[in-house]
Amino acid sequence: MSLSPDPMPAPPLIGVLALQGAFREHLRALASCGAEVRAVRAPADLAGLDGLVIPGGESTTMQILLERVGLMDALRDAVGRGLPTLGTCAGMILLARDVTDGRADQRGLAALDIVVQRNGYGRQVDSFEAELQVEGLDSRFPGVFIRAPLVLEAGSADVLAEHEGRPVAVRQGRIMALSFHPELSGDLRLHREFLKLVQGGGKS
Amino acid sequence: MAASNGRSNVLKGGFKVKAGHAEMLKGGVIMDVVNAEHARIAEDAGACAVMALERVPADIRRDGGVARMSDPALIRSIMAAVTIPVMAKCRIGHTVEAQVLQALGVDYIDESEVLTPADDENHIDKHAFTVPFVCGCRDLGEALRRIAEGAAMIRTKGEAGTGNIVEAKRHLSAVAAQIRHLAGLNPAEMVHEAKLIGAPVDLLRQVQELGRLPVVTFVAGGIATPADAAWMMELGADGVFVGSGIFKAEDPARTAKAIVTATTYHDDPEKLADISAGLGEPMRGLEMASIPREELLAGRGW
Repeated sequence: MSLSPDPMPAPPLIGVLALQGAFREHLRALASCGAEVRAVRAPADLAGLDGLVIPGGESTTMQILLERVGLMDALRDAVGRGLPTLGTCAGMILLARDVTDGRADQRGLAALDIVVQRNGYGRQVDSFEAELQVEGLDSRFPGVFIRAPLVLEAGSADVLAEHEGRPVAVRQGRIMALSFHPELSGDLRLHREFLKLVQGGGKS
Repeated sequence: MAASNGRSNVLKGGFKVKAGHAEMLKGGVIMDVVNAEHARIAEDAGACAVMALERVPADIRRDGGVARMSDPALIRSIMAAVTIPVMAKCRIGHTVEAQVLQALGVDYIDESEVLTPADDENHIDKHAFTVPFVCGCRDLGEALRRIAEGAAMIRTKGEAGTGNIVEAKRHLSAVAAQIRHLAGLNPAEMVHEAKLIGAPVDLLRQVQELGRLPVVTFVAGGIATPADAAWMMELGADGVFVGSGIFKAEDPARTAKAIVTATTYHDDPEKLADISAGLGEPMRGLEMASIPREELLAGRGW
């Protein structure tokens, strides 16, 4: 992985966890931003990545599959060693230090100092769209929230955006997590922000 | 209906979050469950959602009579048992059954031919609801009529309760072939095609541009083994519904787990061999020719 602050001559290689959920949309969005992309479905797929995206999907399903195929420990190691990572919705839940009201056996990556409540905004009938003011973006971003996790505590993470007084976008070091779905919004700006973080420019 | 809550710039029940929820289910398996215990088995196996109903399609087929929306008490008990999304079925056209399901807070409604149709002319106006709907289809025209009514997700019908994949494959291939056919049509021919298949021409144009349906498309009706599920994914399905195939199998928990893993690793035959090994007997299944025509479910809805 490159920590050069200058634009890299070769595009960064970004892996997208592709066990279940909206992984194709992330692969497409990142490719549109000029990144090389790889679907991650086995521990070997993590080798040589410059960044990782954990997409939206069913967090319980993703968690069970991660454990079943031996990818959870490999992922925890890679993220723990500083692999720049973006988690959206279910991905945010997997990155969180603590998850309230999850299943008792649920143990994620614990890579981000936040506490989230699964489906904290309610069931599907409470899913919503809202315009968000995100730090670093010059105009509002269309937030698509689907059975979204509610951030109860942001700990030592920086809050990049709030909705109705609750954090919905956070960053800690080179890990970014969103409770909404930029991959469904048709707006590539947050994927570009993540690529800046990967290339060393967005480090706090 | 899509509505602002007045407090801020918040829109609930727009098509984006309805169709977007289906995007989150992709690559997953939605399992029919008839009680809280089954729901927990499905969730432990890695199902991305469960369909709460009183009887699986194989039993509905066996019992005959009118099949209706399930008891709200049963649906509530299943919603309380799991954290994954819970879907439930209403009869085709039965607007009030759908309103009841929305009031219960289910995450998706399946306006389903597996239940006895309540209206033989009209389906439900699904735009009028906050909760999203999934509907069945056998071909492209049927899929686009349902989307025109507001369906946010499509499943090809197959033949529910048979454990026989042949109809599921037929319907998925029919939709794919009709989509490929559009690629060669000019604008005037598109209008004629819309008339032929009974589809709104604007939606047909959208399909021609995208090269696929504008909403997530799962396969249903006859999936009984991990290989069945993987085959449907290989043919382009976004995910699978498994009804009777799990809890009519000899070992439901292992079968459920195997079908989930096979759906993720559908393009890896070596993994599929391991996944499929030693699962016990799958559901027994039915030959299509052995089913009287009037007992076929896929022809319900139009």
